[in-house]
Amino acid sequence: MFWDQESETLTRPTLEQLQLKRLQDTVQRVAQRAPFYRDKFKELGISTGDIKSLADVRRLPFTTGADLRTVYPDGMLAVSREEPVRLHTSSGTTGKPKAIFFSRNDVNNAAELIARSLVMTGITRKDVLQNMMSYGMFTGGLVMHYGAEKVGCLVIPAGPGTSERQLMLMQDFRTTAVHILPSYALYFASFLEQKGINPRKDIGLRKAFVGAEPHTEETRRRIEQAFGCDVYNSYGLTEMNGPGVAFECEHKAGLHLWEDNFILEIINPATGEPLPEGQTGELVLTTLKREAMPILRYRTRDITSIIAEPCKCGRTHRRLNRITGRSDDMLIIRGTNIFPQQIERVLMSFPQVGRNYVIVIEGLDDMTIKVELAAAGFDGQVEHLAALQNQMVEKLKAETWVKPKVELLPAGALPVAEGKAKRVIDKRSL
Amino acid sequence: MSAVNLLAVFVENKPGQTAAITKLLADAGVNICWVTIANSGSFGVMKFLVDKRDSAVRALKDKGLMVSLLEVLAVEVPDKPGALQAVADLLGHSSINLDNCSGFVANNRAILVIEVHELTKARAVLEKQGLHLLTQEEMLRL
Repeated sequence: MFWDQESETLTRPTLEQLQLKRLQDTVQRVAQRAPFYRDKFKELGISTGDIKSLADVRRLPFTTGADLRTVYPDGMLAVSREEPVRLHTSSGTTGKPKAIFFSRNDVNNAAELIARSLVMTGITRKDVLQNMMSYGMFTGGLVMHYGAEKVGCLVIPAGPGTSERQLMLMQDFRTTAVHILPSYALYFASFLEQKGINPRKDIGLRKAFVGAEPHTEETRRRIEQAFGCDVYNSYGLTEMNGPGVAFECEHKAGLHLWEDNFILEIINPATGEPLPEGQTGELVLTTLKREAMPILRYRTRDITSIIAEPCKCGRTHRRLNRITGRSDDMLIIRGTNIFPQQIERVLMSFPQVGRNYVIVIEGLDDMTIKVELAAAGFDGQVEHLAALQNQMVEKLKAETWVKPKVELLPAGALPVAEGKAKRVIDKRSL
Repeated sequence: MSAVNLLAVFVENKPGQTAAITKLLADAGVNICWVTIANSGSFGVMKFLVDKRDSAVRALKDKGLMVSLLEVLAVEVPDKPGALQAVADLLGHSSINLDNCSGFVANNRAILVIEVHELTKARAVLEKQGLHLLTQEEMLRL
């Protein structure tokens, strides 16, 4: 099934021609209107006429997450401040997030890509989609919502509420599809089983769209087995609209990246050099249709490779392999982006705390922070230490929105790293 | 001064820790007269009354252990029903919170070791009632 068969099956030459035209148009607009790119082009001596072929995209500078924080709040805007109708942000390390503006057409276009993505898995207007992603600044809620509405589904904007409530909605409104974090899907299955509900029989779930967290085929299989449904991998990032950048079709063999909307490159993350098709490296994306805030050659930090062979579904947009990791150190815990630096900042704000700590993540996103006490932090009283532990938990929760466990340890209890400290021990088997 | 000094050691809560700490003390020729161990999740605090405090501190700190000195009160009470209750009552009426307490009988003398925040106030309240507070030397000689 197709939502926009013409766009989804353009011949490669036509698609590439369209990409070039849209790239030239994007470059023209940012050169004229976006302060960040206007200055950058001037500095690097780039002129809009330099883009004569698609390969010329490599003449353009990369844009990084750090750039987006530098231009915060609106230094990359390519329209006047009155144009955008929506703002989303992606959480940041140093307090300031990355702010992404959407014009009315951008909102509509992001929804179009979701509609394509859902329909290619067989979703129709008869489906009831329960969106269990967070609404608000995070794109997983609203962007999916608009796209599913466009298809004509009944959309339940459940958000990441309690499992009890999710179950009630599912049963009362006969949910057929969910948009959910893979880690939460696993947790939810065990929740249902504990309640004596058979997820395969007692709820009629047919499809689950999982994303926003790197996960493995094994996790997909476990979710599919638990619920007796089809699970589709979804890829997106706030900087590029949110969900719907790349999505699996019915064949579940890689994620079609909507190339009429994005130019896709795979580079060596260390050198920035482009890698031959099929090799694994960092995904770099350029928006082609975005009005409010086009972004050139965005370093996603996600590690993947391109599947060039045509897909059985007939779509000509190339596929990405499953994301195998991130080239930076961001953690995603229960759907929340957390940087180890945030945790470090909180820990180090306590004078009783020493320098050595590790963040251990295991099970279903349980975060334990093991931290050594400073000599001055010990006065012989267990009670004081327990109180300190609680204070740390509360402060960490306020900073990261995730409640961790804190384990105080005597100095020297944690291994001392040679060279760069290994702060994060991720034992999750996702 | 009728207060007793304890040695508190901060340790990881895992098997073998007590053995490791007490071996250090034994090797330093330190005799343990009294001990408690309290756990709270990942860690524990061991409190000792020892005969050679300075040697003990040195032996532990040399191994990188976190040591702290703690002042507590040792109260002698009659070895009969209601003795602890009487002490608790006194402190309670003076709004003094009993943080930790342990008791034992040695040579027919009943001793309560109590930890409070307001040590001076507690001492005054107890002495006013004619209760005997033991000195470090008295504790060690029991």
